[in-house]
Amino acid sequence: MLSRTANNLYWLSRYMERAENFARILEVADRMSMMPGAASDAQQSEWWSTLMTSGCAEAFEESGLRVEGPMVTEFLARNPENPSSIYSSIRQARENGRAVRTSLTMEMWECLNDTWLSFDQRWTDARRYGELRSFLDWIKERSTVFRGGLYGTMLRDDAFDFARLGTYVERADNTARILDVKYHVLLPEGEEVGGGVDYFQWTSLLRAFSALGSYHYLYRENPKPWKIAELMILRREMPRSLIGCYQQTVSHLDRLAEAYGSRHECHRIAGQVYSQLQFADANDIFQSGLHEFLSDFIVRNNRLGNEVARSYMFLG
Amino acid sequence: MVLAKAFDEMTLAGGACRDAYKGLSQWLQWTPTDFLRMKRQEADVLFRRLGITFAVYGEGGDPERLIPFDIIPRVLSAPEWQRMEDGLRQRVKALNMFLNDVYHDQEILKAGIIPEKLVLNNSSYLPEMQGVDVPGNVYSHIAGIDMVRVGEDDFYVLEDNCRTPSGVSYMLENREVMMRLFPALFAEHRIAPVDSYGDALLDTLKECAPPKTTGDPTVVVLTPGIYNSAYFEHSFLADQMGVELVEGPDLFVDDGKVFMRTTQGPQKVDVIYRRIDDTFLDPLTFDPNSVLGVPGIMNAYRSGQVTLANAVGAGIADDKAIYTYVPDMIKFYLGEEPILKNVPTYKCGEADDLAYVLDNLAELVVKEVHGSGGYGMLVGPAASKQEREDYAERLKAAPDEFIAQPTLALSTCPTFVESGVAPRHVDFRPFVLSGKDIRMVKGGLTRVALRDGSLVVNSSQGGGTKDTWVLEE
Amino acid sequence: MISVKHETRYRYETPAAYTIQSLKLTPQNTSGQHVLSWSLDCGQDATIPSFVDSFGNLTHTFVINREHSDVLIRVTGKVETTDVSGIIAGPHDPFPLVAYLRETELTQPNEALEDLAWSVAEGGKPLDLAHALMAAVRDRIDYQEGETQVETTAAQALAQGSGVCQDHAHAFICCARVRGIPARYVSGYLQASDNMDEVYEAGHAWAEAYIEDLGWVGFDVANRICPSESHLRVAVGLDYREAAPIRGLRLGGGAEKLDVTVRVVQENIQQ
Repeated sequence: MLSRTANNLYWLSRYMERAENFARILEVADRMSMMPGAASDAQQSEWWSTLMTSGCAEAFEESGLRVEGPMVTEFLARNPENPSSIYSSIRQARENGRAVRTSLTMEMWECLNDTWLSFDQRWTDARRYGELRSFLDWIKERSTVFRGGLYGTMLRDDAFDFARLGTYVERADNTARILDVKYHVLLPEGEEVGGGVDYFQWTSLLRAFSALGSYHYLYRENPKPWKIAELMILRREMPRSLIGCYQQTVSHLDRLAEAYGSRHECHRIAGQVYSQLQFADANDIFQSGLHEFLSDFIVRNNRLGNEVARSYMFLG
Repeated sequence: MVLAKAFDEMTLAGGACRDAYKGLSQWLQWTPTDFLRMKRQEADVLFRRLGITFAVYGEGGDPERLIPFDIIPRVLSAPEWQRMEDGLRQRVKALNMFLNDVYHDQEILKAGIIPEKLVLNNSSYLPEMQGVDVPGNVYSHIAGIDMVRVGEDDFYVLEDNCRTPSGVSYMLENREVMMRLFPALFAEHRIAPVDSYGDALLDTLKECAPPKTTGDPTVVVLTPGIYNSAYFEHSFLADQMGVELVEGPDLFVDDGKVFMRTTQGPQKVDVIYRRIDDTFLDPLTFDPNSVLGVPGIMNAYRSGQVTLANAVGAGIADDKAIYTYVPDMIKFYLGEEPILKNVPTYKCGEADDLAYVLDNLAELVVKEVHGSGGYGMLVGPAASKQEREDYAERLKAAPDEFIAQPTLALSTCPTFVESGVAPRHVDFRPFVLSGKDIRMVKGGLTRVALRDGSLVVNSSQGGGTKDTWVLEE
Repeated sequence: MISVKHETRYRYETPAAYTIQSLKLTPQNTSGQHVLSWSLDCGQDATIPSFVDSFGNLTHTFVINREHSDVLIRVTGKVETTDVSGIIAGPHDPFPLVAYLRETELTQPNEALEDLAWSVAEGGKPLDLAHALMAAVRDRIDYQEGETQVETTAAQALAQGSGVCQDHAHAFICCARVRGIPARYVSGYLQASDNMDEVYEAGHAWAEAYIEDLGWVGFDVANRICPSESHLRVAVGLDYREAAPIRGLRLGGGAEKLDVTVRVVQENIQQ
């Protein structure tokens, strides 16, 4: 398989996943803004943390825009200058897809193409009727349709593995970032039953991972911050947990190693991160510092991405 | 523009319907306009969903445009096609022999059939290819020959395209869409299928692999990338053949051979169906600033380590100045009378011709030999007296630079336009594949000038396409 | 006898992933030169693949396909040369003369070049015309290093009135073709003046024109002479692009430092 094709498939999945994650992040922010009586500076810090979570804070500052709901929303959803906006992600996903059309199934291509072609109409409608949520739901739905199309129709060959790898590398990065930005509300000091705001923060966080229901099912109690952290880092039942992502990453890398008959540095890194997560203990992570743990994870996850690129000759 | 009434391919002057169109004509009579309109919208949706677009960047708006598709097919009878096919095979065979000759012994120049200067001082002749042997002596593996019809038995070749002719994907997709839209029509007609084109192309390319190739040759399609206006076609053809679609940076030269970068390391490439122009192919041989090509690929090619299709330098065969000599080539190389006619062409460089052209400017189309896309052209019947006089001065100053042809009344076919079904002018591009054998599928790309009275079929100027049906006996 | 030692070394700031070079660095025998020994060394054990191009130039394709920070190309050889008053015969020439009247990108005439070409009076013998063109071109283009690049056209060099041997050759070729004289570009080496052991910064370039009754005749425009036993002819083409000693590209590598040393010396054959 052409290296560039692998690269395009990998990034295509990453961009679709990123678009979905941004939609989730915006959804949480939108909920927070509806919290009764939230002071305007608290609101502002919430939007700011939304920008931090999405990794777009710096770019936003440079744009000179004011940290207010509509501005931030536009910046993250529709701004073509922001390379990570949902708009840019969908555009890049489709461009990557177009470059490797022959490797996509009709379902995958039509989903990418339709999403791109209807994007502006959807966004305009959402703005006109003040229905941001329906727009965000639509993005999540498109990502789900794409993933379903990919999973349900794609040949189980190396192309499939590269496409899936993109999803998990991106998702792991995203989960780690959201946790890291919010780590202060997850610290054990906040153990005394928090005020309404804290509770709202925790449930929002779970919503951002589509994990509120799962949390209740697994823990059968109200959200506790350290349990949220444990769930999103160490519980393999959770499809968006770090260990969940790495379980998949390792399995796809193994399939590639088997198909190609060779292992690379990326296999070593993925194996190392995975086994660390397997044997980690939530208490230890808190003791040695959640923030440090997450920062370290993000660095290593990035390195894994680079090594996947190197090992399979993604040039250009 | 005042033209004689054009030949209509469905309805004869007396109102009778030509045989090939009998079924279609009846169907058109029975089918309500609203139904046709609905089908046309359906077709648009299908084309856009499949992503069959051509890209126009830098003009604002959506860069991905649809080429307008007309849902009424053009019909050719079996004998009409057969004669055309015989003529095309003959013509392309001679063009390839010509290319092999001018890049080797140049017998046709030595025999004085074509002036030496016309070839050797032509920018389409590439000295870098002199003496290079290409597998099977095939240069134009894929040729697209532009034809027009002016009467029942009058077909003319307007232009040969021996470099990288495009449009075959529209031939295939138009058929695909038509079969989805009008299954009943297909059941009523015996229409020759075209869908074996991809296989025929792959066979042709494999046959032309370098003789040193061991095992099954690795074939790829080389594209300038997704911003190229014909990218859809490149991707489509790679898909039809089941081969990789590569861009310049995917390929590299090592040990004198060409490799592609794959996830399992370098893989040797034997045949490249390239859709990049000659001068962009290799910055180490041609334009040093090209980033589309593959550095060193010409060295590998000239050493016989890889096949490029079409061959580098094939453009000399479709040069306007050479066109007038194609009938002579057929006689010279094959000893046969040409089956297909050239449009009579006056070479203004020759005194008699120049005199005739100057006397008859009002009836002629005059073209610059090296011009393209209709620029610098005089359409006599449409030009003002002043324009003709100005052009005459240019002609007299550098007669070598011009050729002239009579203004042809292109045939018309029934076409679905805003006002309903009406005749519109068409041309035709069939495709000829040359490997060890010559292969053709029965069909081609019909382009139609959608504007009433217009003779311009280019998609950039209001042209569209149609499905072309060749009826089986 | 001329002895040549020509080293080209590229050093890259950061490692490059890939380097490719097309090398026309191997002389052929002609009526004026006989190659006694010649070697091209790029520091690799494997044979460098090669082919003979349309103009008869032996062309090597040299590739490094792994991380590397420098490239060394070393040419050494000895060639017996004789003064044939610039008149060259052989090796084989596949092109009819008319092909040498083609315009190329680097030798494209413009008004100034046409004026220059026609500034020389008509009527004389072709050989005299060529000599007069050589003088006219040389008068108008001063020898100045560093003012022009390899992709400078004849028209640009004439406009700025300065250039190196390559520019002189291009302008001469253009003017000759304008006057209907077939002409071509030659790259090679020159053993300059009588000083032994003189070191040059680069190789040399001149032109050849086809003169009826004589055949191809060399014109070293930069030096206003016809090539002699001091000239070693290596590659030929319609212009620099086709006769260039080295045309290369690389992937990565950052900034580049280039060192070229050419040592061309006259050696007396020991009896």
